[in-house]
Amino acid sequence: MQIKPILAALRRHRLATLLIAMEIALACAVLCNACFLVARRWAMIHTNSGVDETSLAVLTINGFDPNQAGDVNARMVAGLQAIPGVQSATLINQVPFGPQAGAAGVSHDPNSFENLIGVVDFVLGGPGTFEALGLKLVAGRLPKPDDYQPATSFVPNDAQVLVTRALAAHAWPGENPLGKDFWCDKFHFRVIGVVDHLARAQPHDYNMSQAEWTVFTPTAPGGTLSGTYLLRARPQDVQRVLQAARAAVQKIAPDVVLDRENSRTLSDLRASYFKTDRIMISLLLGVVALMLGVTALGIVGLTSFWVAQRRKQIGIRRAIGATRGDILRYFQTENFLIVTFGIALGMLLAFVLNAVLMKFYELPHLPLYYLPIGAVALWTLGQLAVLGPALRAAAVPPVVATRSV
Amino acid sequence: MFAYYLDLALRSLKRNKVLTALMVLAIAVGIGASMTTLTVVHLLSGDPLPGKSGVLYFPQVDPETPASARQSEPYPAMDFRSAVDLWSAHRADRQAILTSSPVKVRLPDSGQPPLMLSMLSASADFFPMFDVPFQYGSGWSANDDASHARVAVITTDLNQKLFGGTNSVGRILRIRGTDMRIIGVLRPWRPTPLFYDPWSQNFSKTEDVFAPFTSSLEINKGNFLPYTCWHVPKDPRDMEHSDCVWVWLWLELDSPAKARDYARFLDDYANTQKSLGRFAVGSEHVRLRNLMAWLTARGQVPGDVRLQAWLASAFLAICLFNAVGLLLAKFLRRSGEIGVRRALGASRGAIFSQCLVEAGVIGLLGGIGGWLLTLAGLWLVRRQPVDYAHLAHLDTAMFLTTFVVAVGASLLAGLIPALRASRVVPSWQLKAL
Repeated sequence: MQIKPILAALRRHRLATLLIAMEIALACAVLCNACFLVARRWAMIHTNSGVDETSLAVLTINGFDPNQAGDVNARMVAGLQAIPGVQSATLINQVPFGPQAGAAGVSHDPNSFENLIGVVDFVLGGPGTFEALGLKLVAGRLPKPDDYQPATSFVPNDAQVLVTRALAAHAWPGENPLGKDFWCDKFHFRVIGVVDHLARAQPHDYNMSQAEWTVFTPTAPGGTLSGTYLLRARPQDVQRVLQAARAAVQKIAPDVVLDRENSRTLSDLRASYFKTDRIMISLLLGVVALMLGVTALGIVGLTSFWVAQRRKQIGIRRAIGATRGDILRYFQTENFLIVTFGIALGMLLAFVLNAVLMKFYELPHLPLYYLPIGAVALWTLGQLAVLGPALRAAAVPPVVATRSV
Repeated sequence: MFAYYLDLALRSLKRNKVLTALMVLAIAVGIGASMTTLTVVHLLSGDPLPGKSGVLYFPQVDPETPASARQSEPYPAMDFRSAVDLWSAHRADRQAILTSSPVKVRLPDSGQPPLMLSMLSASADFFPMFDVPFQYGSGWSANDDASHARVAVITTDLNQKLFGGTNSVGRILRIRGTDMRIIGVLRPWRPTPLFYDPWSQNFSKTEDVFAPFTSSLEINKGNFLPYTCWHVPKDPRDMEHSDCVWVWLWLELDSPAKARDYARFLDDYANTQKSLGRFAVGSEHVRLRNLMAWLTARGQVPGDVRLQAWLASAFLAICLFNAVGLLLAKFLRRSGEIGVRRALGASRGAIFSQCLVEAGVIGLLGGIGGWLLTLAGLWLVRRQPVDYAHLAHLDTAMFLTTFVVAVGASLLAGLIPALRASRVVPSWQLKAL
């Protein structure tokens, strides 16, 4: 295939060529960045909570005085456990995708935040909560009965805790986290175990790499740890058990107020927490599809025009021996050249767009492997769009050359 | 002449219906997408108190000690002492001290189960300062603040829920353990965004119950939540003596001179506190922004919405490139016809304006399509589970903008092709005929 004559012909149509190339370039830039955003949202939606979501529900009550906490807890736990189908009812302060209860900065030193580790979520759990959540222990030991210390402030004064693998790797990179100490102001924590995964309550509020900076803190029920109950049941029973539990609150503790908004199954909480992300993903994909469609239409429109304009020349080429395949390949190669030019421009533009997005959103750099994907997508799109007009061009009979010259 | 060009344009558009439809559709989709997102951005960055927002100010100081390297901006709220100091100085024309907390409410002797509601603790100036509309009764006075009066104001929604919408002024509400007399019921009031509460979701509803700041601190003690703390409170139930920010102020300063004076007063206050050792950072972290400036600083348009606007603009740009290409093809295809017109005496300008009229007609048609698509897009936005969904309606300004943008964009797109068409050399075309 001779490229020189194609380039010579394109030079005659500089403006139109440039327009199509610019359109491709913009499409390439938006495509790469949109796919990148979709991939990040997708990863966010699939945040591993580390807990057995399908078997769990949470029930929240409020409107009682802290000095009644012990009594309310005892009545609630007993009452909830009596509901048929409930495998366990235990105390917890927050669950993944529910409201955040305890987040604080922690540091390697007491009474100072100079040597900051970061802001972590404290998941306070009473006896049985660790097992009910279904957390996977990867190192160290489970909490023993005397590890459950009472909390009058937001955490116990001195706690034996389990951290997630992600937090351990961040706080003590390359070291064994077991037995390590950390502080929040005067509160002391010692790591006794490492769990595989446990997500924050509101992972969206933090950088994605920090979604699992969580500390499971064994805590004795009462004081701060009251009013929120974790229900475990077989997956097929969870919904029914939760309904029964919500209805039972009035009987178990007549003076408290059920927080309907925050008494839901964990699957339900997850679905609503990520609902806007799911909408955003479909929106991004919808715009990308429309954009590629418009670009393809542009290519079809302009190539059709060129084919019509060059009918006579095509006829002459056919008359002096060019095959249909030659004409077809001519238009395909021409399109390939224009699209390649557009992609080259588009890659630069993709990085500019990425830089702009990075300025306004907490986004990392666009990974390089998005560029070849975008390029292949646009080459394919270009070839598909040009096929129709190119076939029409190939169908021009040689006899055209003999008419009205 | 314009009518003739219009006729020519319509004939030309009818000649190639598919190409015309494609161009109109591309412009309509581009306009629809971008106008939907721009309308949302426009509505979300609106002024919640038009006419009044210029004289309302949000003061900020930074009470954190020692100063952390966290940020260059102070927190959006203050510790109790700073807020009360500034409030009781009475240096502004009006000043409201505010905080919000969850509270348990029931009607005494009604047998209805108690409700958990949210309560705004405010001083008397809150109501006149923000032009809060009343259906029954009124707000409380500065004397009520001073005497820790057990009075409350409720929203129309709560009045509907508890009293079936009747005049409930004088009725008793048991807030936690204390009986409070209702002295006012609001008319439906939903400032958007909910500008006065720096912790709120931007577009959420107001609190259900309003009570004097001084009294509510007593009746709901222990239930106030910190925005953030730099030392863990010794007693989490005692916010008043904690190192936490949880109270904030709003000021009314009727003239720029007063605003300047107040800014100086605020700087002095912060510097004095610094020299006393109570603040680590003095006037460098003092802010006194008026309402709209504060909303901008707070970032009231959600990130997702801005992202959508960016995306839609890029999409519109692609649609325009597309339109330029197609118009170019369309005009140059008629080179022969243009050559004849030129040979018969039409000037370049005439050809140019004829082409632009055609581009404008396409823009107008695209604008109508875009307007319909914008309505459909906003309908979709209203069905989303976001707190600003109820706002998504097309107002007159945005309706007109839709057509201005559509016609303007297509004229812009027609500019280069029209210029090209007007440069067609008649003799060449005539020879080729």
